[in-house]
Amino acid sequence: MGAGHAHPLHLDRDSLVHRLAAEVKIVAMLLFTIVVVVTPRTEFRAFAGYAALIVAVMVLARVPAGWLAKRATIELPFVLLAVALPFAGHGERVDWLGMSLSVDGLHGAWNIFAKGTLGVLASLLLAATTTMRDLILGLDRLHCPAVFTQIATFMLRYLDVLADDARRMRIARLARGYDPRFLWQVKAFAVGVGSLFLRAYERGERVYLAMVSRGYTGRLPRADAGPAPAAQWIAAATLPAASAGIALATVLT
Amino acid sequence: MTASLQVAGLHFAYPDGSVALRGVDLTVAAGERVALLGPNGAGKTTLVLHLNGILGGGAGTIDVAGLRVDPTDRRGLAEIRRRVGIVFQDPDDQLFMPTVAEDVAFGPANLGVRGAELQARVDEALAAVGMAAHRDQVPHHLSFGQRRRVAVATVLAMHPEILVLDEPSSNLDPASRRELAEILESLPVTVLMVTHDLPYALQLCPRSVILDGGRIAADAPTGQLLADDDLLRAHRLELPFGFSPAAARAGVEP
Repeated sequence: MGAGHAHPLHLDRDSLVHRLAAEVKIVAMLLFTIVVVVTPRTEFRAFAGYAALIVAVMVLARVPAGWLAKRATIELPFVLLAVALPFAGHGERVDWLGMSLSVDGLHGAWNIFAKGTLGVLASLLLAATTTMRDLILGLDRLHCPAVFTQIATFMLRYLDVLADDARRMRIARLARGYDPRFLWQVKAFAVGVGSLFLRAYERGERVYLAMVSRGYTGRLPRADAGPAPAAQWIAAATLPAASAGIALATVLT
Repeated sequence: MTASLQVAGLHFAYPDGSVALRGVDLTVAAGERVALLGPNGAGKTTLVLHLNGILGGGAGTIDVAGLRVDPTDRRGLAEIRRRVGIVFQDPDDQLFMPTVAEDVAFGPANLGVRGAELQARVDEALAAVGMAAHRDQVPHHLSFGQRRRVAVATVLAMHPEILVLDEPSSNLDPASRRELAEILESLPVTVLMVTHDLPYALQLCPRSVILDGGRIAADAPTGQLLADDDLLRAHRLELPFGFSPAAARAGVEP
């Protein structure tokens, strides 16, 4: 789609994966994540296979590994939690570098780390190859409740407007000699948030009036694009199908 | 021929008891461009919101091209809202969809227009305001003047009987202001323009009415009305410094 849909998670490229319809990618990503999550944590070979699949999609989508890695740091807080598990866990223990670690805790940490990373990478690949607008349209075509897609549509439109409002208010505060140090900042900041809320509320009111004036009756018109072609569904199905194959193969052998 | 807009004896008080309209009578013929002038708090916005049935319930009647506005009749209101196209003052309130084309399609889609005809409506409306090249852009990334033009297009796509503009020239730089004037002049549609911008009224609207204290206080050719200093002063209207309606008219019509 056109320029200006930029969000920091989207990578504007042209690739096989970028050209797939959004709903196809959403379903593929979801199924892949489910397969990853239900895989028993000790099937290490399966996780290696999933990682290989992710790398394959990454190459197909022409997403640089470094770009992906940088954005994957969002999972760090969760991984930090996992680091504590081997120390805190109960049961059988092993000694490693002079530390006594719980086997159960190690497995638990690995479980969080492996499944979390794979899930985050899959979601990042989806975001990198799909604009926000297409994601919402995809959810809509998957019959996601209209309340959610409408809210997301408004958010997409008005987040920037609100951010601009907030920026202007901040500059106006600074212009009147406001000294933004942490403790002094709190009160004016809180008042600013309050007035931003009021502004957003009033704008909501005006937007609604403008919508009603154009015949709005509670339902946004659906974008009329046809359903995604079967070939796209089949192409995208290779990811969850391959991951399910890996899961079965490792569990059965 | 039926008038585009006929308002008769319109009264309205807000629920808190403040009276906004005290008997407004106004007739706008088809194809006419009329400026609605008046100080802040004169009831201009209240009147505008009556024209498509968003506000109502007081005494008096409104007919849009022969169709009575009745806020209790949902089916009739849909047609009224097609006929009365309101362009609100802040284009960010009007443009809420993620892309320009989707926003312009919103009104006609609510009227049941679909498919190729919907696309044709969007193209036609965007072309009319000179914004066809920006159809897939995000409204937020357009300049203010461009957003206002798109806001006009969102309403034009509904093929309105009367275009109602709330402060169309506010916050525009002089070039955008002139471009919008050229677009408005080129549109074959009845226009009711709410404005504080008296030179703009003189440029675009042969006729002006002054709304003050919830009543129409004056109704005359714009040039004549702006030349009456006492009248303007009585209704808190002021010409910009150095502006002379007579000289401006001479410039417009040599």
